[in-house]
Amino acid sequence: MANKIITFLEQRNGILKKSSLETAKEAVKLASALNYEVEAVAIGNNVEDLESVGKYGIGKVTFFKSESLANYSSSAYAALVSDYAKTTDADILLFSNTAMGKDLAPLVCVKLAAGILMDCVSLEVSSGEITATRPVFAGKALVEAKITSQKKIFTLRPNVFNIGELADNKAEVTAKNVENPDLRTKVVEVKKSEGKLDVAEAEIIVSGGRGLKAPENFHLVEELADTLGAAVGASRAVVDAGWRPHSEQVGQTGKTVSPNLYIAVGISGAIQHLAGMSSSKYIVAINKDKDAPIFGVADYGIAGDIFEVLPALTEEIKKIKG
Amino acid sequence: MKIAVCVSHVPDTATKIVIGSDSKTIDPNGVTYIINPYDEFAVEEALKTKEKLGGEVVVISLGKEANKETIRKALAMGADQGVLLKDDLQRDPVAVAKALSEEIKAQGAELVFFGKQSVDYDNSITGQLTAEMLGYNCVSVVVDLKIEGSKIIAEREIEGGREVVETSLPAVITAQKGLNEPRYASLKGIMAAKKKVIEEKPAQQSGKTLEILKMKKPAMKQPGRIIGTDKTAVAELVRLLKEEAKVI
Ligand SMILES: Cc1cc2nc3c(=O)[nH]c(=O)nc-3n(C[C@H](O)[C@H](O)[C@H](O)COP(=O)(O)OP(=O)(O)OC[C@H]3O[C@@H](n4cnc5c(N)ncnc54)[C@H](O)[C@@H]3O)c2cc1C
Repeated sequence: MANKIITFLEQRNGILKKSSLETAKEAVKLASALNYEVEAVAIGNNVEDLESVGKYGIGKVTFFKSESLANYSSSAYAALVSDYAKTTDADILLFSNTAMGKDLAPLVCVKLAAGILMDCVSLEVSSGEITATRPVFAGKALVEAKITSQKKIFTLRPNVFNIGELADNKAEVTAKNVENPDLRTKVVEVKKSEGKLDVAEAEIIVSGGRGLKAPENFHLVEELADTLGAAVGASRAVVDAGWRPHSEQVGQTGKTVSPNLYIAVGISGAIQHLAGMSSSKYIVAINKDKDAPIFGVADYGIAGDIFEVLPALTEEIKKIKG
Repeated sequence: MKIAVCVSHVPDTATKIVIGSDSKTIDPNGVTYIINPYDEFAVEEALKTKEKLGGEVVVISLGKEANKETIRKALAMGADQGVLLKDDLQRDPVAVAKALSEEIKAQGAELVFFGKQSVDYDNSITGQLTAEMLGYNCVSVVVDLKIEGSKIIAEREIEGGREVVETSLPAVITAQKGLNEPRYASLKGIMAAKKKVIEEKPAQQSGKTLEILKMKKPAMKQPGRIIGTDKTAVAELVRLLKEEAKVI
């Protein structure tokens, strides 16, 4: 047993994801609480500024490099991460709970005969043991659990773990060229969706519901989102009506989000919608029905008409943004 | 080709969750159970694939006697056979995947469908774990699927777009909403499903990897403030977001 933690650094288009930096920072904290070593693994072709993870406390990065690995390949990535974990005898691995992390971590889990806890929102160490807390039933409850097997994998929910203070260090990066990666599954193309920002990654989300009355009124939501640099979200009712794509749906059968600010416009706040967004740090609701359940979770509400309030809100924010 | 589809039986999404007296599981009293919403897309895709390529669809569910309702629903939609792996539901995704993979192997299924996530324990990994245990290729969170011969082209949802993935059979696919429109069971299908036998066997129990310590309710949010009822409240809202919440 090498008392080692490996944290996986996810890149898209050669740029490290913010959620990976949150995970790296948490890995460093965990390592210090357990008195373990920590290092990072990245896979890709050209990844910008891997040294910069030193700022989060990571001293060493191993970078598996090949042109054919620029895009994700579950077979190749899983083989590389698990082989590396075996050679270094690491027994704890951390991933972000992203589309890639959710696909990759379980494959690595089987290869290492590990136990796994997904979508953790906190990791606590006491007497050398890690207790993880994770939401279940779409956030209607939380479980505290621990992994009993020797090897342990945790995936961390994005936007929940604080990055906190940064150090002025650079990580040492070792690049390893990969010959003949296992490309049984490989991504041959990445299609970008029309929306500029995805709800799963945005720090601010403006979400619209049936209160907007018709798809052509969604420009009100889009304008506010643009002004704030926010992503556009939607309730299931408007996705099912074909007004918005499913990729924007927030809720139990859509995406689970935890932005800093969630603005719900013309959304009643059905339990399945709340399930996906109630862990947002701040919630604003605009709804003309003052008894709508959305006000039960909102920090600030305006019980008024969207068509009057929303344009005024966009104007006011434009003013302060100058 | 033998096609397997794994379905879970979950509390209705509108259910209020009450923690049970053991503080580790939910109180099942008064909870209605349904087929996991994502598994309906998995069943539909299994049936569509069978219609195109021929073969047989076997529905597998792990859980209790009551899971038979969910199996029957899939049979009524058109699946050919049902298997219930009896288990007392110690929710450990690795153990669940182990039991499912043993059954899939025994069935000789080369193509396996799952929902992308079960909306009870929300792990979103049972399909991937099962694939890896079987040594099958896997594509998760699929919104578009084409199978030609043994070649698979699948589109999976990622942040900000889709990945087009190429792979081959044998494979596990986990279904996301958008993959298809699940069919309704016809009256004929419902009648036929009643006659189909659901095979029951104990789930293979293997090494557990998790210990659930406690289940609890998330901290309640403080009830918020309604600042106003028209656009005159907007200036105050913006001030609060800027100065109090510091989020803009
Ligand atoms: C299995 C299952 C899964 C589900 N998953 C999801 C999910 O993932 N996400 C999700 O969102 N839902 C989900 N739902 C659906 C959910 O139950 C609700 O039906 C849905 O969230 C309602 O959407 P809404 O709030 O946009 O519409 P409504 O409930 O119709 O609410 C519209 C609101 O707009 C307000 N309004 C109307 N006009 C105005 C105006 N001019 N100004 C201000 N306010 C106005 C009304 O007061 C009302 O509160 C699911 C349901 C099921 C059964």
